[in-house]
Amino acid sequence: MVKMNSVGEGCTELKREYDQCFNRWFAEKFLKGDRDGDPCTEMFKQYQTCVQKAIKEKDIPVDGVEFMGPNKVKTDG
Amino acid sequence: MVKYFFNEMDIKSTWDHVTSAFWQRYPNPFSTHVLTEDVVFREVTPDNRLHTRRLLTKTNRLPWWAERFFPGNLSRSVYILEDSIVDPLNKSLITFTWNLNHTKLMTVQERCVFQESEERPHCTQLKREAWISSGVYGFSRPIQEFGLARFKSNQAKAMKGLEYALANIHGDAPHWHLRDSVKDASEKAKEAAMAATEKAKNLASAATPQKPKQYV
Repeated sequence: MVKMNSVGEGCTELKREYDQCFNRWFAEKFLKGDRDGDPCTEMFKQYQTCVQKAIKEKDIPVDGVEFMGPNKVKTDG
Repeated sequence: MVKYFFNEMDIKSTWDHVTSAFWQRYPNPFSTHVLTEDVVFREVTPDNRLHTRRLLTKTNRLPWWAERFFPGNLSRSVYILEDSIVDPLNKSLITFTWNLNHTKLMTVQERCVFQESEERPHCTQLKREAWISSGVYGFSRPIQEFGLARFKSNQAKAMKGLEYALANIHGDAPHWHLRDSVKDASEKAKEAAMAATEKAKNLASAATPQKPKQYV
């Protein structure tokens, strides 16, 4: 099965490992209400270190953009 | 003037399946315009909702007449943010998606709500809204028209992609239908014709099983 690439060329492997971990946790734990810790935390940290560096290098303007950003009014409605 | 789009449909899969497939919908044969995908923020809130921000890179295909608004030295890729909130108790997934760059040329903001159907718990109701605007002086109207047309075609592809993921992950039979829409009758007829064409294509491709599937 073909997989997606990360925006950081060197981060794709870390991304795929993390995604796999997350997808299992999401379906088997999170959706079932199981809150016994997240096994993917360490993988996520490593992946983020890599991808955040790539975002800075590529000057992608994500900094300071509020969550659900321009949607504020629409979410409340 | 901002162009507004709305449609509503039923996806014939459980909300759990749809929400799981949401994270795994790329790549699919209908998403060739999506180049990269990353999670850039994720947390479970104290009230047990999952907040996620994903960054996507997409190609930016433009009609020839819009090329003039594009300085040649600018990056042609479009960066997209997709924020989402999963609420497993109320069985809702809300997404908000918008482009980060090329915003003067065009801004597309999309809001989707995936909610477990009240009448039929095995179905998921999807409400999709979008707002399309352009700040190009004197040309905002044709650009918005183009943006709306492209959005419509992309959202149809997005549904096929989600179906594809549902079939891959859960073996769910692909099926969804438009429940309600603000579109006029002629557009509905056009869509029906397009769907029929697509169906014919699918039948045709199903009839040639010797061709290897590219994405499996």
